[in-house]
Amino acid sequence: MTAFLSVLLDGFASGMLLFVLSVGLSVTLGLMNVVNLAHGAFGMVGGYVCVVLLNRMGVPFPLALAGATVAAGVLGLVLERTLYVRLYRRDHLEQVLFSIGLVFVLGAAVDWFMGARQQLIQLPDWLSGRVEFWGVGLGRYRIFLIAVCGALVAALHLGLVRTRFGAQLRAAVDDGVVARGMGLPVPRLFALTFTLGSALAGLGGALGVEVLGLDPTFPLKYMVYFLIVVAVGGTNTVIGPFVAALLLGIVDVLGKYYVPEVGAFIIYTAMVVLLLARPHGLLKRADA
Amino acid sequence: MRIALHALPWLVAIGAYFAMPEQLPLLSAIAIAALFALSLDLLVGYAGFVTLGHAAFFGLGAYVAGILGQQGWGEPISGLLIAAAVAALLGLVTAPLVLRAGELAGLMVTLGLGLMLYEAANKAAFLTGGADGLQGVEIWPVFGAFRFDLWGRTAYLYSLAVLFVLFLLAQLLVRSPFGLSLRAIRENPKRAAAIGIPVKRRLAAAYVIAAAYAGVAGALLAQTTQFASLDALSFQRSAEGLLMLVLGGLGTLYGALIGAAAFTIAHHTLSEASPQFWQFWLGIALVALALLGRGGLMGALRRMTRR
Repeated sequence: MTAFLSVLLDGFASGMLLFVLSVGLSVTLGLMNVVNLAHGAFGMVGGYVCVVLLNRMGVPFPLALAGATVAAGVLGLVLERTLYVRLYRRDHLEQVLFSIGLVFVLGAAVDWFMGARQQLIQLPDWLSGRVEFWGVGLGRYRIFLIAVCGALVAALHLGLVRTRFGAQLRAAVDDGVVARGMGLPVPRLFALTFTLGSALAGLGGALGVEVLGLDPTFPLKYMVYFLIVVAVGGTNTVIGPFVAALLLGIVDVLGKYYVPEVGAFIIYTAMVVLLLARPHGLLKRADA
Repeated sequence: MRIALHALPWLVAIGAYFAMPEQLPLLSAIAIAALFALSLDLLVGYAGFVTLGHAAFFGLGAYVAGILGQQGWGEPISGLLIAAAVAALLGLVTAPLVLRAGELAGLMVTLGLGLMLYEAANKAAFLTGGADGLQGVEIWPVFGAFRFDLWGRTAYLYSLAVLFVLFLLAQLLVRSPFGLSLRAIRENPKRAAAIGIPVKRRLAAAYVIAAAYAGVAGALLAQTTQFASLDALSFQRSAEGLLMLVLGGLGTLYGALIGAAAFTIAHHTLSEASPQFWQFWLGIALVALALLGRGGLMGALRRMTRR
């Protein structure tokens, strides 16, 4: 029983991570209808920035996380303004080719500078080890993850529901044409959201080095996970992708732990089935 | 003049057999890649249906032909036909799923199906050999007369002949009313439906045909190398197929051939330098092609000849 609880908590923590990594994608996909298969690359960049800051420069862990977030956000802003902006009106094939190309370029660059091996980080003392709660051993880092990601979920949800920016964003996702007609600065909204989404992915990648692992194949390995979160969660809320990410994380970790011989097959099957059952979860506008 | 132009790629292909006897395995790889690109061209280039999981059919064909050869039926031509039939069957079963989901979700479904098949082959090691690949494939001589030799002579001529026959068939297909209706669907599905084209049924048919073509390409790979591995099912292969197609020129059958040749030769030369180097330039090429637009090499050729 206690073993089951530990595994469940692991799944919970990795679901939280998946949410932080993929929430940006769900907004950009819904907002501009861009098939961005390169979203994981921002997570990878964040992860590597964190590793370099922590291992080579001896920066404290929280500052390394902040550095990873900023670096991925800046990269997202630059790429959005220079390259992505040209692709909004193109068809899906060109978007697919472009984003796969971006994954290959960034993966090769990382491989060149950092090598193809898995990266490891040394967590600070206050985050390593376990604490016991009523006989259930919980890793400190898992608790830290759940706290940080939980705070992010709350902040994003309130930001989307309560602020003016959030209201504009929801309007633009619901109907971009009308939002533009009402005078909302949709391109600027998109640039801001893209930057924020990339920054969050960078943070997720940095937090996830310890849990999800990090090597140059990271963006392709987790691409399906991000797409599932988006497909199941819908595009106009924070709570939808959050629930989807939690379910995915828990099913994935439980599956890997209890039925390892089936492997990732469960996840892919779940993706196909969910896409068929809820094709419009992917793109809410298709309902209209 | 026109006939000379049409004959040119095939004369080059036959000339290469005599000119580069030590490069025959590379030439076979080009012919097989060209067949795969051709199959994608029918679906993506003509019908305008983007897929991210076409390697599923390629890999299925490879494993079917490989397992046949391993289990004692090494007759190559019937092996190709059986592989094509099995791949077409998978296409027939999955087409309704892929088409049902709508454009963007359909794209994700093709991706998911491709990954499912990869993972299934990975885990079904008793059948496929898992990560080690399929060992002990034995293929009989073609027509009982031409053995698969060490230098790859038979392999190349056999692959080239299959490519030629299927290329002619594809040419008939795209010029037929069926092919024209596919182009109409690509240009505007709503108008195509309005003039009475059964859009979903035609797309499903194109999907099945492309699946059979990809199955033959995979079977050729398994037969000529006497080996099949998970590589044949990988996402990388689906992406590379799309790149070959866009490099050569979408929606032109010769574009698929030229793109496959250019891609395979570039891969061969660049990855000798270093694998990261290859991946980096592959990525740059993808980004550039996506941003600079379609035409590809065929488009460039056309612009040159028009002047």
